[in-house]
Amino acid sequence: MKPQRSLEVGTGLFVLLGFAALFFLTTQLPGSGLQFRAESGYRVTAKFDNIGDLKAGSPVSMAGVRVGRVEGVAFDPNDYRAVVTLRIDAQYDRIPDDSDASVQTQGLLGGKYIGIGPGGSDSFLKDGGQIEFTQPAIVLESLVNKFFANFASKGSDGKDAQSQPAEAEGK
Amino acid sequence: MMFEPIQRIGRVGVFFGRLLVQCGPALLRPRAVVHQIFNAGARSLIIIMLCGLFVGMVLGLQGFDLLQRFGSEDALGVAAALGLLKELGPVVTALLFAGRAGTSLTSEIGLMRATDQLTAMEIMAVDPLRHVVAPRFLGGLIAMPLLVAIFNLVGLFGAQLIGVQLMGVDPGAFWSQMQSAVELDDVSEGIVKSVCFGIACSLIAVYEGYNAEPTAAGVGLATTRTVVISSVLTLLIDYMLTAAFLGR
Repeated sequence: MKPQRSLEVGTGLFVLLGFAALFFLTTQLPGSGLQFRAESGYRVTAKFDNIGDLKAGSPVSMAGVRVGRVEGVAFDPNDYRAVVTLRIDAQYDRIPDDSDASVQTQGLLGGKYIGIGPGGSDSFLKDGGQIEFTQPAIVLESLVNKFFANFASKGSDGKDAQSQPAEAEGK
Repeated sequence: MMFEPIQRIGRVGVFFGRLLVQCGPALLRPRAVVHQIFNAGARSLIIIMLCGLFVGMVLGLQGFDLLQRFGSEDALGVAAALGLLKELGPVVTALLFAGRAGTSLTSEIGLMRATDQLTAMEIMAVDPLRHVVAPRFLGGLIAMPLLVAIFNLVGLFGAQLIGVQLMGVDPGAFWSQMQSAVELDDVSEGIVKSVCFGIACSLIAVYEGYNAEPTAAGVGLATTRTVVISSVLTLLIDYMLTAAFLGR
């Protein structure tokens, strides 16, 4: 009877270990994975001209500290802007209602996130509120285009005036 | 003669069907299945954990070396987690499983065939598929996803060991970037793969054993075939599943 019992204990341990590993992988590893506690916090919306590749689940931060996350991204067909729903953690309930939100980039090539800069108002953002002042995402390509446009127009005043216009036309 | 390979595939398919029918009754006798989970799973645990640790450590070294060229060694956690969860975990575990558990299944059943034990059972109107083959198939099938999960976890620990402890990647960036980049879909892709590999490797192992030529050389040949066919099949299925998941 003894070996039979140690076999069953061994199998039980193995199965438990396996399921513990599976549980960890499915719940702890993905930030947006299964969550057993209900989402807390309050919702605010903000409208942006351009949100780049901001997605649901992206962080919302103030002064570099994560205070919530993006819950949803939608398009408003009336004024052709993106409506972003933010869920701010309940403990951060003292954000002034004239704060501004901007779409920012983590590092040079990292993902987008929303940065909130505090305003000076005495009243605070509440559930269902809206952030009025927003700044759209900076699109790297348009910056580069602008830079080259400046460069080309400066270059055409310079001494190698023959070569630069040809390059500008080529674009 | 020309139809031999096609006929073989058909034979495996018919065998699989007959085996599936017997899996239900086999589950009614859980003790035999538990025994086989022990054989296929718990006994493979040491080798799986050891290999997982080293695969994770190599991933940490190589990933760090590659990523630091772009100055983004903080992304090491993401690279290691996605690499392990989606590819290395299921595939390496399946290859190890074919070598460790698959061969023992084949030689065990093959030896039963060679010593006429299976024939004796048939004569006594005891279905060897139900009492010998199905519990072994189910044991392998259940053990595989659990082994993959353990492999992944140990591998992540190994990558963390090299990346954070040895190379000095910031531990906060390592884990937080991993958590923000890994989706539930990535985890479930690994689980789907591991279940498919479990079916494929266990099926090939028991099929080869059951249909082994009843001689010493025949059992040896069947064992070799198990490793070769399981490995090739694993990589083949892996490609198809990856293509299917990426194409979604």
